[in-house]
Amino acid sequence: MADWTRVCALDDIDEEDVIRFDHDGRTFAVYRDLDGGVYCTDGLCTHEQVHLADGLVMDDTIECPKHNGRFNYKTGAPLRSPVCVALATYPARVVDGEVEVQL
Amino acid sequence: MTLADTDRHSRPRAARDYSLTGPQARAAIETGLASAEWYHSDIPRKAMKDLMRRKDGPALRDTALWIGLLILSALGGIATWGTWATVPFWAVYGVLYGSACDSRWHECGHGTAFRTSWMNDAVYVLASFMVMRNPTSWRWSHARHHTDTIIVGRDPEIALMRPPNLARKSLAFIGIPDVFEQFWILARNAAGRFSADERDYIPESERPKAIRWARVFVAIHLAAVAGALATGSLLPLMLIGGPRIYGCWHMVMTGLLQHGGLAENVLDHRLNSRSLHMNPVSRWIYWNMNYHVEHHMFPMVPYHALPRLHALIKHDLPPANSSLLDAYREMIPALIRQRHAPGHHIPKALPPTAQPFRAEFHALDGERQ
Ligand code: FES
Repeated sequence: MADWTRVCALDDIDEEDVIRFDHDGRTFAVYRDLDGGVYCTDGLCTHEQVHLADGLVMDDTIECPKHNGRFNYKTGAPLRSPVCVALATYPARVVDGEVEVQL
Repeated sequence: MTLADTDRHSRPRAARDYSLTGPQARAAIETGLASAEWYHSDIPRKAMKDLMRRKDGPALRDTALWIGLLILSALGGIATWGTWATVPFWAVYGVLYGSACDSRWHECGHGTAFRTSWMNDAVYVLASFMVMRNPTSWRWSHARHHTDTIIVGRDPEIALMRPPNLARKSLAFIGIPDVFEQFWILARNAAGRFSADERDYIPESERPKAIRWARVFVAIHLAAVAGALATGSLLPLMLIGGPRIYGCWHMVMTGLLQHGGLAENVLDHRLNSRSLHMNPVSRWIYWNMNYHVEHHMFPMVPYHALPRLHALIKHDLPPANSSLLDAYREMIPALIRQRHAPGHHIPKALPPTAQPFRAEFHALDGERQ
């Protein structure tokens, strides 16, 4: 099992928002929902490789800033065209107020 | 904007090659113009989140007004049919159906008009029917238009190809021949056939859906024709399909200004898109798409927040044209010149407060004939 990697303090991510996290030559999107839950997906949209950290988080969805395609960021499922391919998701947790992801 | 797909097939021989499968398409990919990084004005994330926020309220109000006016004007037109008093009712109904459909199609296609998804989808399909566009194909076409805005060989929605055919564009104000060509595309899709360009931007998995919608749309239009023949009256066609001819002028008037006369093959929407101020009625019909540079830079921002977005970044944009007339005064001489000098375009100037253009991309337009 991969190690947990620290991302940031929980307070660094607004409620119902997303930030970009670059690690080991890869890029991710890390989300916080309204209940304080944290989630992690690949950073780039599966449609045209645009970073999702500039997108809009609404309920359980992330909307891509380029063509408004949507994913469920908790499951990675594509929800709205032109997105057709699911987003990879990674385990995420909060430990002592710090967000960690398992990549 | 409409009119583009069919225009590509009726170009004079010396025209630029706007097909999506020809040498210009390959050149765009080779020169890095396809799926490229575009310029964006800087906006703090907090402000951006506020601008992107979705609401149902404004679009519910506007849609209720739209549908309400459509019904009232149709009833007025029917009640006065056969008299001169009928004309103003159809003038209103025509624009609400044949022009306002375009902006509703556009905003609901982006999924930004309403917060609730099914509302976007329902209005999108209704508006697609009115504007005679295949709702599936055009989702993909419009995604490409946003990826590769006015990149020759990549963008399927370039309304004014160079050299521009001004006679043809003038006829577009009365839907000719556009409406027949759009219907022909629907009929072709209904038969399960797609052009090479359509195959370039519609994934295979989406084509069965496109075929189904095309069949539904064609069937309803044919029913209206059959109704007109059976009753010996034009009334069914005044209500369905006809407004795409007699009421599309406002859509064409505003749509041609979006990119007309401006640069091709650049990666900065400030060079290839036009923002302008407009009277409030036109802005309501057009759902604020007069802020077109802003929309292209940030397609996540709903139509009702575009005026706020404009106020926030106007220091970084070329000054908006002051009116429809002012914008046409800018565009028409450029189009006339492009008939003989297809490399010509209007050079948009930035205010001193703006981030400069990236010259390497600005230079490409005139070179790639
Ligand atoms: S790049 Fe994300 S929807 Fe197109």
